[in-house]
Amino acid sequence: MFRKKVKPVSELEEFRGQNPAWCPGCGNLQILRAFKLAMVELGIKPHELTIVSGIGQAGKFPHYTRCNTFNGLHGRTLPVAQAIHLVNHDMRVLAVAGDGDCYGEGGNHLLHAMRRNLDVTVFVHDNQVYGLTKGQASPTTDEGMVTGTQPFGVLYEPMNPMALAVAMDCSFVARGFSGNQEQLQKLMQAALEHKGFALIDILQNCVTFNKLNTFQWYKERCYPVGPEHDSSDREAAFRMALEFGDRIPTGIIYRHPRHTLEEALPEIANREPLVHQPFSQEDVAGELERYY
Amino acid sequence: MDYSIMIGGQAGQGLQTIGSVLAKLFSRSGFHVFTHQDYMSRIRGGHNFYQVRFSDHPLSSSRSLVDILIALDKTTVEEHRDSMAPGGFIVYDPDTVKEDYEGEGFLGVPFRKIAMDAAGNRLMENTVAVGAALGMLGMGLKTLDELLTETFARKGREVVDQNLVAAKAGADFARENCGDCRFAVPGTTATAPRRMLLDGTAAVGLGALMSGCRFYAAYPMTPSTGVMNFMADQSRKHSLVVEQAEDEIAAINMAIGASFAGVRSMTGTAGGGFALMVEGLSLAAMTETPVVIFVGQRPAPATGFPTRTEQGDLLNLAHASHGEFPRIVLAPGSPEQAFYLTGKAFDLAEKYQVPAFILSDQYLADTEWTLDGLDPGKINYQDYRVRAGDLEKMEIYRRHAYTETGISPLAEPGASRHLVVTDSDEHDEDGHLVEDAETRNRMVDKRLLRKLPLIRDEISPPLLHGAENPETVVCGWGSTYGVMKEAVDQLSESASIAMLHFSEILPFPGTKVFDYLEVLRSAKNTVCVENNATSQFARLMRAETGFEFGSHVNRYDGRPFLLDELLEELGNPSADVPEEGEAGV
Repeated sequence: MFRKKVKPVSELEEFRGQNPAWCPGCGNLQILRAFKLAMVELGIKPHELTIVSGIGQAGKFPHYTRCNTFNGLHGRTLPVAQAIHLVNHDMRVLAVAGDGDCYGEGGNHLLHAMRRNLDVTVFVHDNQVYGLTKGQASPTTDEGMVTGTQPFGVLYEPMNPMALAVAMDCSFVARGFSGNQEQLQKLMQAALEHKGFALIDILQNCVTFNKLNTFQWYKERCYPVGPEHDSSDREAAFRMALEFGDRIPTGIIYRHPRHTLEEALPEIANREPLVHQPFSQEDVAGELERYY
Repeated sequence: MDYSIMIGGQAGQGLQTIGSVLAKLFSRSGFHVFTHQDYMSRIRGGHNFYQVRFSDHPLSSSRSLVDILIALDKTTVEEHRDSMAPGGFIVYDPDTVKEDYEGEGFLGVPFRKIAMDAAGNRLMENTVAVGAALGMLGMGLKTLDELLTETFARKGREVVDQNLVAAKAGADFARENCGDCRFAVPGTTATAPRRMLLDGTAAVGLGALMSGCRFYAAYPMTPSTGVMNFMADQSRKHSLVVEQAEDEIAAINMAIGASFAGVRSMTGTAGGGFALMVEGLSLAAMTETPVVIFVGQRPAPATGFPTRTEQGDLLNLAHASHGEFPRIVLAPGSPEQAFYLTGKAFDLAEKYQVPAFILSDQYLADTEWTLDGLDPGKINYQDYRVRAGDLEKMEIYRRHAYTETGISPLAEPGASRHLVVTDSDEHDEDGHLVEDAETRNRMVDKRLLRKLPLIRDEISPPLLHGAENPETVVCGWGSTYGVMKEAVDQLSESASIAMLHFSEILPFPGTKVFDYLEVLRSAKNTVCVENNATSQFARLMRAETGFEFGSHVNRYDGRPFLLDELLEELGNPSADVPEEGEAGV
């Protein structure tokens, strides 16, 4: 709400960070590219965004671009990201996490971030496997996949993040695929422009550890949701969210505008960001009087 | 003059209301007050008590002998009748207690009946009890009148009047029926000194508020929840965001995120919640993000005694987390210290970009003390961050730049074109992750080895109170301050004794300013008093200084030390000096 109306134009070169240490052919590289293009398209300057990431291959994301960065702990991206936005609601905040990071270790935080509905965007790099720790099952790994730590194959159902988000009435729910650059970039722009908590589950291949859900596997299944899908219809969104198998819909699954926490909290609603509100000891010294 | 009033009963009977009204009333009347509470982990029922001691001389502890016991149930009579001081009275409502106690030291006051007869409202029975206590003490009702008017003004004149009538009826009944009451309370003078009545919880909250704390995230846990309530209450009036996190892990990460974004922030919990925060503690250290962590101790392990007290988490705080980094641990001994040390925690945390703890416990959280006043001006408020204008002027900005002091410029992200980058991985000066050995060494030198001596120099030495060259030194830390001080004051009349109290514990104070080790080494007897079973402070002392105490006094039943009990323990301090080599644990 306090964002500058006139956006300075940014260029792709401004977002050049360290050279990625991801494997050649990794879906992360395409996600990174789509992100940079989205930023340029939106005209956001690097210093106007803070990326919070956790641990895992996705956690390295902010180092491979340029912006304010808090690369914290595994699973803890969302508490940090939300707090940054709470105290500085002028700051655009993006959380970047992997499927283990956001759905496993940080699952509880995701539930509550959806409830709070702060204006924070999260990209979940979902390759249905643990890459950094070398190939164990993640919360979204398909049932039956055999790994070093699941020698009998995964014995339980994968988590469905899209259905979970719709059930939580998350205000923006989308699925992207790293192989569909054009759509992914548009989804990222829509999520970053959306007012409220926005989740994009980004399907990506892991060339090294996931031999089941390969690039080709996703490519054959992912299809963009058509214009007939009404993303404001929660029941339709549920049906779309439950579709994961031979066909996987990508695009905006659900959109439900609702008030954000920063709009409801009197301390910051329609006020300067907390970080810029003046403080003086004199203003609070009167509180001592209550104890006489 | 030194009286102790105890109100006992079941949770939900309103004994806290009676206790706090009496405490404030004695304070307003110009007396020194000390209160402490004992309650069970349940919402209704059980046995709880609230003890109010008041005197015309300064107080800093509770004693076990009770002068007036207001018993709201039979259990209270049975549990505490052996604690009555000579000349003391148990005041009870025969209708509620369903017992008529005969003999000396009992005063039956039909609280409920009086409330109905006088005010036509049985809800006034607690006010009748307050009035009865004042009647027995021979005190007037003018101050109570003021207090009730202030307290109930919002509820309307009628409620105020009902309370006043009930209080007067209670006082009249007590005066008429307690011919044996021999309490001598000096009358209130118009020039009664203006004193504050403050508990440890509010003191920490006020300290945080005066330090510019703008963000508080926590998950409720006794006995730290009071601080969260305090902050939430203040948030309406002052710019302060309080967020109830989904768990303690989120709470500390939120506090760190808020601090990274540019405001002073804090979290609070007890030992069990802190266990969940430990990973975040290391994150604050690695990213050099200032954060203040309030830990209210209670007996553990695990859930322990949820509502009782212990000093059992000192070594946990000293060692918790993976990796090596500086941390500040301040353990206030009184509400006054809690106020100023909270200020110091915020100042040092931001100045050195390190985590700082305020280590308290249930006993201090809930005890109320009278004090002459607090001076916010003594809380050093300085914004150490690089803000917009200065940041814009910098040609190059590096979040983790190497400096002589180890302190890098802490900037506000978004305030300028400069990027603020930090990482839980080892990182370079720009905040980007690295793996090389050389950078690792330089960063450890910067974060830990350069800063640590500077922080240690900011730590105040322990407080010596009592004889100058004492034969006996009673040593302790944190919330045992008050009871040790009163005990030492009393024993000083016949012995060469002093107290050495540590309220700033880590980095462990040096001896440059005051060679407290010399005082200890010169003493004949050295006793370490701790509210735990394994003498944690004594062990820390031995690790940091090599000094071993001659003897130890420990209490670990979840209850605080009371004055007369400690006096008894210390009465003959040379008695249990262990043989060479047996000291310590």
